[in-house]
Amino acid sequence: MIVAEQKDITEIIKMIEGYQKILVIGCDTCVTVCLAGGVKEVAILASSLRLAYQVQGKEVQVHETSIERQCEKEFVDSLKSAVKGHDLLISTGCGIGVQTIAEQFPDLPVIPALNTSFLGLPEKQGVWVERCQACGQCILDKTGGICPISRCSKSLLNGPCGGSQNGKCEINKDIDCGWHLIYERLKALNRLECLEEIMPVKNWSTSRDGGPRKVIREDMCL
Amino acid sequence: MKAGSRLEKLLNQGEFVATAELGPPKSADIQIIKKKAAILRGYADAVNITDNQTAIVRVSSIAAAKIALDEGLEPIIQMTCRDRNRLAMQADILGAHVLGLKNLLCLSGDHQSFGNHPQSKNVYDLDSIQLVQMCKNMRDGKVFQCGEEIRNTKKSEIVEPRMFLGVAANPFGDPFEFRVVRLAKKIKAGADFVQTQCIFDLPKFKTFMQMVTDRGLHEKVSILAGVMPVKSPKVLQYMKNNVAGMSIPDDLIRRMTGAADAKAEGVKICVEMIQQMREMPGIKGVHIMAVEWEEIVPTVVKDAGLWPRPEIAAE
Repeated sequence: MIVAEQKDITEIIKMIEGYQKILVIGCDTCVTVCLAGGVKEVAILASSLRLAYQVQGKEVQVHETSIERQCEKEFVDSLKSAVKGHDLLISTGCGIGVQTIAEQFPDLPVIPALNTSFLGLPEKQGVWVERCQACGQCILDKTGGICPISRCSKSLLNGPCGGSQNGKCEINKDIDCGWHLIYERLKALNRLECLEEIMPVKNWSTSRDGGPRKVIREDMCL
Repeated sequence: MKAGSRLEKLLNQGEFVATAELGPPKSADIQIIKKKAAILRGYADAVNITDNQTAIVRVSSIAAAKIALDEGLEPIIQMTCRDRNRLAMQADILGAHVLGLKNLLCLSGDHQSFGNHPQSKNVYDLDSIQLVQMCKNMRDGKVFQCGEEIRNTKKSEIVEPRMFLGVAANPFGDPFEFRVVRLAKKIKAGADFVQTQCIFDLPKFKTFMQMVTDRGLHEKVSILAGVMPVKSPKVLQYMKNNVAGMSIPDDLIRRMTGAADAKAEGVKICVEMIQQMREMPGIKGVHIMAVEWEEIVPTVVKDAGLWPRPEIAAE
């Protein structure tokens, strides 16, 4: 899932200055699970904004709504009637949600209420962790199902650097050394020989570095 | 001969080599480089020129190395994977060769969060093992990383950069059993020499070297043991608490604390460590890391009986 965090309210207020009729749009998928932009968070954000305007003595209307998935045009199109009459949209979706709304409603400004953090999972109540950097060339078969690109602070491909100690990363004792985890996992699987092989230079052109990426399934195209 | 560097020749000659370190300044002050070079001249067979050490911006390793070369030192350029992608690395390696530099130490590099630009983006296009492999392919295969031949035009001659290739090894990082595997990978990738992390924990290092010799790795690569003269027990305590991948026995801290003259004791401990290394099978030299204490290197080298330094035999 995509993990995000709400921006500081003062930053949001600054971004929406001068608008009169604002619609806050939530997303019921990833950002609901990470408690950043679902129905509940939209309600809290909208109330906070109303309160802020009330204190400032401004007459600004703030309405709220939410859709199943902001990252699909069909769902975003269902907002057509709700959007009518507003001069600003606030998305509490991830960066993809914000952009889908912008694409579908080209005449209206849309601003992000969240910072999109990473692709990951909830580890325990209130804690989310990163697991994938969408590099476009999965090597999890060679690393015991643990991703060195996202879990090693240097995205190393040939084992832990000299800063790995007691299973922790050199940059912070709260961060597990990704390569230590890989080592322990491969040991448990009796596959340590995987680590003797030199992992070749990575082709990063399938990652962010190749420009905006696109997946085309000819067999599925109409 | 791979690169024909002084370091390579002395190792081939069977000398017990001594390398030192020169940290370039955090300003554009050339005099600091010259001053440090003057201190080290004649006391080290080669000198590592660090590359934005601890992720703090300094005069570039190659620029400082050229000055050190002109001042009569044999530089070992350090190159980290943190700040450059494969284009920049290869351009710098070509540049280093053009300037007459012949030794290159390939490193991962300290994470940028340690340094003075923690908000920067790190690169790690390659890791240190892939960097060694690329440099070896440039030298021996005469090709760039992409596979293209190293020639200016299709009709030009191939002129490849020739570096004597070094790597670091940290016997005190975890997982301990993997450290020797990692060293083996670095050798397979093309390392000619190895400089280890500073050794304070001799028993652990002996265990590591036993694993190295069991695999016969010492016969494939020249291993230089890292030693460090320390000025005070505080330095040791700081490293123990704050530097990941260091093993510092409490006995040593107690010995430094009890000493009347801590600096003299630090030198003595370092000299004793060098003596131990000279006796240890598989060790071909020492790498003296006197961080921001370059002026002590001549004393350490002399007290360890490593002075004068050997000359290259006539061919």
